[in-house]
Amino acid sequence: MSIEVKQITKTFGPFKALAQVSLKVDTGELIALLGPSGSGKTTLLRIIAGLEIPDSGQILFHGEDIQEKKTKDRNVGFVFQHYALFRHMTVFENIAFGLRVKPKAIRPSGEKIKEKVHELLKLVQLDWVADRFPSQLSGGQRQRIALARALAIEPKMLLLDEPFGSLDAQVRKELRQWLRRFHDDLHITTLFVTHDQEEALEVADKIVVMNKGKIEQVGSPEEVYHNPANVFVLNFLGNVNLFHARVEDKAEGAKSKKIYVRPHQLTVSRTPQTGDSVKAVIAFINPAGSVVKIDARSQEGNIYQVEIPQEEYQALKLVKNDEIFLTPKNITYSEYEI
Amino acid sequence: MSKSSENSFVRRILIAVALFYLTLFIFLPLLTVFVGALNKGVGLYFKSISDPNALAAIQLTVVTALVAVPLNLVFGVAASWAIAKFDFWGKNFLTTLIDLPLSVSPVISGLIYVLLFGAQGVLGPWLMEHGIKIIFAPPAIILATIFVTFPMVARELIPVMKAQGTEEEEAALTLGASGWQMFWRVTLPNIKWGLLYGVILCNARAMGEFGAVSVVSGHIRGQTNTLPLHIEILYNEYNFTAAFATASLLAMLALVTLVLKSMVEYKFRAELKAAEK
Repeated sequence: MSIEVKQITKTFGPFKALAQVSLKVDTGELIALLGPSGSGKTTLLRIIAGLEIPDSGQILFHGEDIQEKKTKDRNVGFVFQHYALFRHMTVFENIAFGLRVKPKAIRPSGEKIKEKVHELLKLVQLDWVADRFPSQLSGGQRQRIALARALAIEPKMLLLDEPFGSLDAQVRKELRQWLRRFHDDLHITTLFVTHDQEEALEVADKIVVMNKGKIEQVGSPEEVYHNPANVFVLNFLGNVNLFHARVEDKAEGAKSKKIYVRPHQLTVSRTPQTGDSVKAVIAFINPAGSVVKIDARSQEGNIYQVEIPQEEYQALKLVKNDEIFLTPKNITYSEYEI
Repeated sequence: MSKSSENSFVRRILIAVALFYLTLFIFLPLLTVFVGALNKGVGLYFKSISDPNALAAIQLTVVTALVAVPLNLVFGVAASWAIAKFDFWGKNFLTTLIDLPLSVSPVISGLIYVLLFGAQGVLGPWLMEHGIKIIFAPPAIILATIFVTFPMVARELIPVMKAQGTEEEEAALTLGASGWQMFWRVTLPNIKWGLLYGVILCNARAMGEFGAVSVVSGHIRGQTNTLPLHIEILYNEYNFTAAFATASLLAMLALVTLVLKSMVEYKFRAELKAAEK
């Protein structure tokens, strides 16, 4: 199902959580709402689910305005950041909940419910925990049970609020890939909120970058990473180095320009390669990893972050305090200084 | 001398002091009640508690509790829900107001009703014209009891509900539950031990309340005397055996409450702990 949000505004007292936000999500897409805390991403998710009421604006599910519909009638699967599993129910009863509260006329029989719950438990690969209570499960297991519970009502869309936020790094990585594969199999329209750019880049088809209640950019992971719409997106999606340059403009003469270059877009050499090369001294070097990370200090005292392939590092035989030259291969973003 | 044996010495002293204190101030008086009740024989004991006036007092006490406890249960759940789960204007004021009956002397709690409904009170003349009797009648006793006991349930529930937050309820809504289904299937099971604990305390206070009830009751034998008031009258008449016999009923109620309380407390603590996880 497609979701369309039009001109949504929401304030909490003096705080403006969302300002005139519009967004369109197509059927079957996996979308990440990415932004720092307080950017309004969770509020947007909650508004779509009907857990918050916007001050103004419209929400359309498949072209139909659902503003008047209550949460319970919206048929969205919502997974909460802290899972929100019912602590007094077993895993089985948690997943069965959505089926048990259906109106009598359309409520499945006990047999059917049992079948469905076990099917879902198999789907999330936790068939053996049906009789346990949430407190007896690990974080990652709780997360998957919360997902199974949300899927029990066969929702038309899935909304996930910081789904991996409170898990440790290892489990987080596993679950990310699992969610990706899971979405590829089910093709259910999915929106998830995250503040972790790596997570968004790895999992989503499309990333919505938010800041201070506004959408800064919508695009594929590639687009937002390589062609950021503004400095905020540029900074939020990864490390970046800032250079100041003088450029000749035919109409207005010499102007200064800010040039932003990602760490992997810099080359390192022992001698200057072009007139743009910047002289620097290696202040820190970390060769442990798939790339070698270098912090280099220029004569003015600026620190530049550089990432080079292992082979290059070995060929150059770089060590701390070596003098090197940095040359941008290409530029991620640039703007004139005002 | 090792440190641990020194500690065990201190420990023994402390336990001895505590036990001595408890024996002197709680156990002995409690024993006196039962000894005083039975020292003229079992026959007189049962005669005292089956006296028509005693029976009327028991009945009034039970009726009062039967009205006050359910009302405060509903009020307590509603108030604590509002306070724990919503933000609204005047919330702090409401919280303070709930605690008011605990900080006000029970005599004043009773006087409030006399001033409101009594013959010289604000509503007194109007009530008299319409032949409605509140003061010196069971309605005032029930009202005063409700007033005195109304913080009991809410105070137990507010911390539990606050700790549990609203996420589980929101989850129930997204899964298609109606407001009622959410309440019965998610909210209530989550607070049940806290609620029961509050109800037990509320009931004990409702049955045992003396001060506020004394002011509004009028002490009419067989009509407006609750158990505590009945005991006082018997005692003032030097009818010690009957006074102690009736008091033993209240004492037994207290003991039963105590046992129930510690049983529920055990479960309740687990509930609070789970909520804080």
